[in-house]
Amino acid sequence: MIDSLYIAWQYVAHNRAKAAILIACITLIAALPLALESLLDESERQLTSRAVSTPLVIGAKGSALDLVMNTLYFDDEVPELISMAATEQVSASDLAAPVPVYARYQARGFPIVGTTLDYFEFRNLEIARGRPLAVLGECVIGATVARELGLKPGDSLVSSPETVFDLAGVYPLKMKVVGVLHKSHTSDDLAVLVDLKTAWVIEGLGHGHDDVTKIKDRSVILDRTGGNVIANAKLMQFTEITEHNIGSFHFHGDPAIYPITAVIALPNDEKSGTILRGRYLQKGANYQVVEPDDVIDGLLENIFQIKNVLDAVIAVVAVATVLAIILVFSLSLRLREREINTIFKLGCGRMTIARLLASEIAIIVLISGALCAALVWLTRVYSNDLVRTLFIG
Amino acid sequence: MIHIQDLEFGYDHSDFRLSVPSLRVDGRERVAVIGPSGSGKTTLLNLIAGIFIPNSGEISVNNVQVNALGDAGRRDFRITNIGFVFQDFELLDYLSVLDNILHPYRITRALKISKEVRDRAMALAEQMGIAKYLKRRPGELSQGEKQRAAICRALLIQPQLVLADEATGNLDPENKTHILDLLFASLDERDATLLAVTHDHDLLALFDRVVDFRQFRTSGEESD
Repeated sequence: MIDSLYIAWQYVAHNRAKAAILIACITLIAALPLALESLLDESERQLTSRAVSTPLVIGAKGSALDLVMNTLYFDDEVPELISMAATEQVSASDLAAPVPVYARYQARGFPIVGTTLDYFEFRNLEIARGRPLAVLGECVIGATVARELGLKPGDSLVSSPETVFDLAGVYPLKMKVVGVLHKSHTSDDLAVLVDLKTAWVIEGLGHGHDDVTKIKDRSVILDRTGGNVIANAKLMQFTEITEHNIGSFHFHGDPAIYPITAVIALPNDEKSGTILRGRYLQKGANYQVVEPDDVIDGLLENIFQIKNVLDAVIAVVAVATVLAIILVFSLSLRLREREINTIFKLGCGRMTIARLLASEIAIIVLISGALCAALVWLTRVYSNDLVRTLFIG
Repeated sequence: MIHIQDLEFGYDHSDFRLSVPSLRVDGRERVAVIGPSGSGKTTLLNLIAGIFIPNSGEISVNNVQVNALGDAGRRDFRITNIGFVFQDFELLDYLSVLDNILHPYRITRALKISKEVRDRAMALAEQMGIAKYLKRRPGELSQGEKQRAAICRALLIQPQLVLADEATGNLDPENKTHILDLLFASLDERDATLLAVTHDHDLLALFDRVVDFRQFRTSGEESD
């Protein structure tokens, strides 16, 4: 009986450090392009599917890519703001239904997306636990946000200040988590969805405080003329909206000029979409309208050009690695010439010696193959989350 | 046991030439082969084992003309009939002592490993005083222990002929005699023949006969 595999395994186990390096080299060089391919396929699928399902996005003139990435994937690169008037404009056209989006702020690393209930319907977002948004100061969180932050309905989530050192900036708002979405395998899993008005409260455009007409502390009052009372900065503003203080929350100024980042326009039909696009293409239009599908196609084209370069680099590295491995094996054979000579003298045939050496290579290749398969499998299993973490954000 | 007649041999890549007109070793004989370095002693062992093929002449071992066998036939004959003991032990450092002893059984279809073979390996190791080291690697053994393991490997196939190439060359004087005593005792038990190349003239008295290589005609220098 020839125990080639047994002897080969003993050799590999005895030289485990050398074997581990070889296995790592082979595994990485084999797994890298496959994993990358898998991630790119997934990123293409995610980017395309969300882009295709979003007919038109209206936003400030400037980078179409920034606008799409922020509106669809809540990228932290915030495009120039537009006003709520843009929403009214779409609504008044009777050509499309507008869904305003205000994706500017964050809570514990996740984007806060101010929008309307139409957004939930448009994206087919379903509540897994809790209930939809109902009143000011509430939020519905994506499945990933809930899992990573360990939040459930009834818990609170505090918005992050834009900059820590800006004392005059946005103060954190403690929001009540009222619902958790089903996992949708889209950027909504990573979002904290709030009503637009809640987003404006975070911005400071709306606020709540004690009734100044009933305050007895004179040091808070700057001026009192008839029914008008002017308070100074000493007046405490509420940082949480509760059923007791919600009545005190109010907004100053014209809501039509309140900011948003974009309007998703859902045309009534193809013709309406074309007419709407035409209006924004006219000279002097304040906003730009983009088809996310076109923008993402352009982005993917660039990504695949980069991928082609990466493929070429990986191919060169793979060839270099294979050559290095051949060198390692041939040097190893040279070092083992005496051992080979001995087993030949004992009565081992040259074919058997070749089989012994081939078994060693086979063991290393098999282990590498298994590890490579495991890595690629893991990449595929987690590709959805990986793509959003690595590429889409 | 061994019969060599009109043997002529030369390496392709050197000018070394060996000529042995006649050499006979009887069964159970213990023969020492002496001679100056490079005179062809190791070459002779390789010729008897069928590793090299003579240019002319005849080599018979146990009435089998080794040089008339094909490659596979010589290999099978060697691994089933001849035990080899080397000066540097030539144990594989990645195998345990037991696996080294069993190694000939793992590298050929001509031998089959079985419980009986394993038991015999254990018994040999016991006899050679290395039974407690069977799970260790050769690197953990002393020189004497290594050579005992190598002798176990040579004897496990129950050879009719043992070829020893300076088997005691790397051992201290005390170990040399002890190892040879152990080897001779094992050979006696198995009625095996020993042809041993040695440079150690102090050990010659232990052998039945000494073959001095100077009686053979050689030219050039043995390179192997």
